[in-house]
Amino acid sequence: MTRKQFSGLVSAVALAGGLLMGGTAAAEDKVGFIYVGPIGDHGWTYRHELGRQAVQNEFGDKVKTSYVESVKESSSEPVIRQMAADGYKLIFTTSFGFMNPTLKVAKQFPDVKFEHATGYKRADNVSTYSARFYEGRYVVGKIAGKMTKSNVIGYVGSFPIPEVVRGINAMTLAARSVNPDVTVKVAWVNTWYDPGKEGDAAKALIDQGADIILQHTDSPAPLQVAENRGVWAVGQASDMAKFAPKAQLTAIIDNWDGYYVARTKAALDGTWKSEDTWGGLKSGMVELAPYNEAIPADVIALAEETRKGIEDGSIVPFAGPFNKQDGSVGAKEGEALDDGTLLGLNWYVEGVDGKLPK
Amino acid sequence: MSGFDWVVPIILTVITAATPLVFAGIGELVTEKSGVLNLGVEGMMLVGAVSGFITALVTGNYFLAVGAAALAGAIMAFLFGVLTLSLMANQVATGLALTLFGVGLSALMGQEFVGEPIAALSKLNITGLSDLPFIGPIIFGQDVLVYLSFVMVALVSWLLYKTKAGLILRAVGDSHDAAHSIGYPVIAIRYLAVMFGGAMSGIGGAYLSLAYTPMWAENMTAGRGWIALALIVFATWKPGLVLVGAYMFGGITILQLHAQAAGLNVPSQVLSMLPYLATILVLVLISKDESRIRKHAPACIGKIFHPAA
Repeated sequence: MTRKQFSGLVSAVALAGGLLMGGTAAAEDKVGFIYVGPIGDHGWTYRHELGRQAVQNEFGDKVKTSYVESVKESSSEPVIRQMAADGYKLIFTTSFGFMNPTLKVAKQFPDVKFEHATGYKRADNVSTYSARFYEGRYVVGKIAGKMTKSNVIGYVGSFPIPEVVRGINAMTLAARSVNPDVTVKVAWVNTWYDPGKEGDAAKALIDQGADIILQHTDSPAPLQVAENRGVWAVGQASDMAKFAPKAQLTAIIDNWDGYYVARTKAALDGTWKSEDTWGGLKSGMVELAPYNEAIPADVIALAEETRKGIEDGSIVPFAGPFNKQDGSVGAKEGEALDDGTLLGLNWYVEGVDGKLPK
Repeated sequence: MSGFDWVVPIILTVITAATPLVFAGIGELVTEKSGVLNLGVEGMMLVGAVSGFITALVTGNYFLAVGAAALAGAIMAFLFGVLTLSLMANQVATGLALTLFGVGLSALMGQEFVGEPIAALSKLNITGLSDLPFIGPIIFGQDVLVYLSFVMVALVSWLLYKTKAGLILRAVGDSHDAAHSIGYPVIAIRYLAVMFGGAMSGIGGAYLSLAYTPMWAENMTAGRGWIALALIVFATWKPGLVLVGAYMFGGITILQLHAQAAGLNVPSQVLSMLPYLATILVLVLISKDESRIRKHAPACIGKIFHPAA
């Protein structure tokens, strides 16, 4: 899961500039953030930046936060090390590809605490955290199943990795639970970010009969296409209604604010421990943008019921019975996929068209 | 529904995917024909894209926006010219630097404009003609830049091979020393060719930010500048083939997506690399047959011209 593929060509410059901003104020604790993309990406990195701002607002003079944006995953180690050497107390590294560099630097700076997003390797001073975005997609699936007229839902995929496959499966299960005739068509673009190609994929899906477009890529281009073609779409990472005021049903929003504030607080008062956090709708890490006014009230009620059910645990997205795409049993009645299976998910559920690239 | 209805949307999508490549490709072709290799296409496209977008957003005038994009691309190219033609810096290194610079500069310029939607460049709509089945939307339903891209290819082709100016340009590209010795201003001609290339790259970029996906986002060209460069080799420096190649490159991408959406079992990665495989294949073929290179490839490409020598 190479999180995000922004070129990060300016990382060296950003390194110099970003760290200068760090300042040398004495009494306050320093909290650093390493971003893979530009904060203006309107998606992934932008949401982490909002999290940083939340930390700054919460603690005011007590902490000093700073960030380095557009850090290439391949050359992130010196950036992380520089921050650690500069006396930062807590450092958030917000991309999957920062995993090994973070671990390496953490070993050399046992007193500095690290938080790595979406990874799976931990140490005494390295925590990991991610969000169960598939919970949001399950809610979206209920809406999509109700709203589709053609019974074809299009899905613009980035890379066929478990994180993305989870989203496709969760959405498909939810959509078919309210509308068994739904099929889901997936177009893989093999990039996190290429507005033109993402838009083209959306066009292809619409031309093949899809009247709802979901995406697991970063640009609002698929929504623009949907708006243009008069079909529905769902925003990704942040509220993209500006790009598709008529077409956006809702959007799945990443929200790191609460987590970042809580972890900073823990680091400040000495209760910080190495942990793995995988939060979902309940934790507030995953949110939904306001529903489109064109969605009928009963569908909104269903979506809200689903959201609340996931939050209180009465609804489990990957609960059986359901089949895999090939017709074999995915999960039996009364069972559900465990986190280990979900983290390595590499098969489609019934209802998804086409073969999952390996 | 007649049997060919499904073809129209595919062709329409291919056209939008190919148009930025046509602009960038035909511009760089002229640059290379004059004997200059400018690898900064991606950077010039990005600066063009952001300049065009900002102008469209602020003035609402798309004509001005396209003009601003061309101007911005030309200014970037001028910078490249100063470094490589006047100061005689290495063209490859300078071109790469121009791309890096363009990525950063466009991001800086566009900082305040990320997430601002604009209306797409409007498409031609001739009552009667645009509603014709099949050919209506394809021939009479495009935006003005699509038509302009075809005009530019025809114009460049005519200019290069049917006019004296084109002959001089090619002479400069094939042997700058010979052209210089009979009194042609090699450097000045190259400046013009380089700036024309920049202007076309700028318009190609603006096509992305004004028509293809009407918005500004950092690095939104996503490698199309490099495809344009590959395209010229693929076309063996012939303008007509640049057009064919651009539609082929664009077409493969789109067909690949359609095949996936239709549930056909094609590995998308293989189809994604097809354009590049085709380029390598052409490179191998033309390397085998020297006469083909000689015929159209500028002999002096990438070489620095020292007027005193």
